Formats: sequence, structure tokens, C-alpha cells
Amino acid sequence: MYWKELLRQMNDIGVGSLSIVLMASLFIGAVTAVQSAYQLYGTPFVPPYYLGLIVRNTTILELAPTFTCLILAGKVGSNIASELGTMRISEQIDALEIMGVPTETYLVMPRVIASVIVVPIMVIIAASAGVFGAWIAANFTGYGSQEEFVYGLRAFFDPFDVQIMLIKSFSFGFLISTISCFKGFYVRGGALEIGKASTQAVVLSCIYVLLADYVIAEVLL
Amino acid sequence: MIEISHIHKVFNGVTVLNDVSAVFESGKTNLIIGISGSGKTVLMKCIVGLLQPDSGQVLFNKESFHEMPPERRKEVRRQIGMLFQGAALFDSLTVEENVMLPLNMFSHSSKKEKLERVNFCLERVNLAGANHKFPGEISGGMKKRVGIARAIVLNPKYLFCDEPNSGLDPKTSLVIDELIIELTKEFNITTIINTHDMNSVMEIGENIIFLHKGQKAWEGNSHQIIESDNQELNSFIFAGEFLREARDHLISQRKKL
Repeated sequence: MYWKELLRQMNDIGVGSLSIVLMASLFIGAVTAVQSAYQLYGTPFVPPYYLGLIVRNTTILELAPTFTCLILAGKVGSNIASELGTMRISEQIDALEIMGVPTETYLVMPRVIASVIVVPIMVIIAASAGVFGAWIAANFTGYGSQEEFVYGLRAFFDPFDVQIMLIKSFSFGFLISTISCFKGFYVRGGALEIGKASTQAVVLSCIYVLLADYVIAEVLL
Repeated sequence: MIEISHIHKVFNGVTVLNDVSAVFESGKTNLIIGISGSGKTVLMKCIVGLLQPDSGQVLFNKESFHEMPPERRKEVRRQIGMLFQGAALFDSLTVEENVMLPLNMFSHSSKKEKLERVNFCLERVNLAGANHKFPGEISGGMKKRVGIARAIVLNPKYLFCDEPNSGLDPKTSLVIDELIIELTKEFNITTIINTHDMNSVMEIGENIIFLHKGQKAWEGNSHQIIESDNQELNSFIFAGEFLREARDHLISQRKKL
């Protein structure tokens, strides 16, 4: 295992994507709170603390893993595919092969392992940021009190939801990295083909993330 | 010594190499020349093992490369240094890290010993002090020299250079040519160079193979090339009026002597 390369990839995927993931999660959490409050407003049979409960479940089960991974499919997927594609076109991969370096182990493995480790961490951060954003936004909706929102966040909590979130994030991380590595590693041609491979990596990763999202939900829920 | 015999390679029904045989001796600069699309790069990739020939053999010191067990093939690969057309340096690594990469992969020396070896190789290609520059910060000629330093860092027995002069000015080309021939003699390396740079052909061509439409059409050295009567070779080497006149002048001078 090439530890230095693994750490570099973990840094690129994690630290490099942290700001966009945080920003997106905060606002998605906030929007979820505002829109849920809008729909619950005036409904006499739903207690106000349900806003927190809805936000928590939506964020943990769907928004944090799926939305974060769609963002990562765009950022990390295109990055991996174009980096490996450029290395292939500029003969850097050939150079490694001639040196006798196992290129799959040196280039693909650290990216896949880094992705499988870092993506769940990013999803946990995204879920926390999403709930925090929702908590701030909920204060301005006028629907229920802060205490009720926090009570809703803690009510009927099932740890299995977090397990599902982690299973999703592991699977999505694996899909994004393998698809992108495959598209980049086997690119042929020139700059145009690198662009196409990069686009295909993002599109395919998004499709497979959504497909896997449905399959996991169907099987586990 | 590297020997290739009856190499045949077809891509999508198109024959790229047809029954190519040759012997590349150690301590000599062996050149493969030919017009673009004549099969030079494919032949080199077949020799270094990046491509598998459809038939024929590549022998490294009488051992068939494609029939070796994987472990032995890895060992042979570690004795190969290759300079690529675009140098193929890793953009995210500094000059020092690029040259040190093969050592990090395959050498068990201490960090200090590795650094000494890297510095020796960089000095050998006249790049002392460029250790911490990135490939994006150096010129094309410097990149080629870093590529050479990386190729020789593991003391290779075989050195392959794919178009070492492409994109370089004549003076820098000459520096690269001199460096390649010096290293070949100094370390008794079997050097194979793909080129269509006529200056290189004349300066360092100790054994020249001319490929035409995937076949070996001529073999000789830089002295013999002047008097060759192979039409394809002459139209390739002496393509311009000036070169044709120079050749005629040289032949007439030789006859006078």
C-alpha cells in the first residue's frame, strides 16, 4: 500500500471538498426547515416539534448522503478522471509501467480507499451542518419554539438511520471513485477525450449514486 | 544486448509492424528512424513490453521478454530506463521527487543515499540546484534532462528514448544527443532511440534501422547512410534541396579522396 499517496488523496478528496460540502449542507438544511415549516403551518394535528424530527430524518436518511455525494461526484469524480486521463495521455502511466510500478495499485487503489474512508466522514459533517443550518433557519420561521425544534431533533431517534446513512456513503464513495478511475485510467486520444471522460465520469457517477440510493432504501427500509 | 526477431503487430486489421528483426548491441546508440506512422513507436513499445507483439520475439540478453515469468519480467523492467517524447514527468512532484520516485519504489537505501544518488544524476545532466522546481516551472530541454536523470537513476542496462529531440531547438538537441551518447559509453548501456531528427541521425547514429511501412527497409550507420541507394531512405533523410546538394557534395569529396 502506498501510504503517502493515500494521505494525499484523502487530503484532496476531504479537505479539498470541505468548504463546498459545508456551504451546500448548511443551506439545504435551512431550506428544508423553511419549506417543511411552510407545509406544516396551520395543520392542527401535527405537533410543532415535528419540524425538528422531519428535518433530522430527511437530512440523515437522504439529503446528507445523496446530496453530498452528488456534489462529490461532480468535484472529485471529474478531478480523478481528468487527473488519470492526463497522466495516461502524457505517458506518465506508461512511465510507471516501464519502471515496473503496479499502476493499478499505485494510482487506483489509494483513490478508491481514500474515497471510501473520507466520503462517510464528509457525509457525517454534512449531516451535522445540515441540522445546524435547519436549527438557525427554524428560528426565523415562526413555527414552534427553539426548544420544540431541539426536542423534535431528539425524539424517536433510531440509530439504524445513521447506519443507513453510513452504508449509503460507503457505497456512493466506492461508486464515485471506481467509475471515475475507470473512465480516466482507460482514456485514449487527446485533450478532447479527457474532457469527455471527465463528463462521463460525473454523469455515470450521479446515475449510479441515485440508483444505489434507491436500491439501498428498498432493501434496508 | 537486445535482439528482436520477426516482430509482427496488427491494429484493427492494419499491419503496423511486419517481420521486423534486428540486434541492438550494448555500448552503442541504436537508432530507429522512419516517417511518422512507419511503426517506430509501436516497435519501441513492443520492445519495452507496453505492447504485446502478435508474433515474434524480444530477447533481453538471450531471454525472451514475453515468455519470462512475471517476477523475472519485473526484474528486467527495473533495468530499463525510458525517456518519453514529452518527458512524462509527474506534475505534482518536484524535479527531485520525480528522479527519486524509482528509488523510493525499488531501492532499500537510506534517504541520505537516495538523495546523493538523485543529486549525482541531476549533476550528470547539468541540472544541479533544480531539485525543488516543479515540471511546470522548467523549460522543455530541462524536462528532457530530468527525464534522462530519472531514466538512469537505477543504473539501467537498457535506455530507450522516444523522440528525445522533438520540440527542442538545434542547440539543446545537440546537448541531449551528447548526453545520451556519453551515458551510453560511460555505463555501457544498450540504448535505443526513436527519432526523425536528421542531426541526431548523423551525430549519434552508430547503428541505424530505417522502418518503412512497418518493415525494416535499411540498416547501417551514419557513414553508410550518405551513400545508400535505398530510395525511400534517401527521400526521407535528404528531403530538402539543400540536404540533397550537401549529400552530392559529400559523395564527390569522398570519391576524390
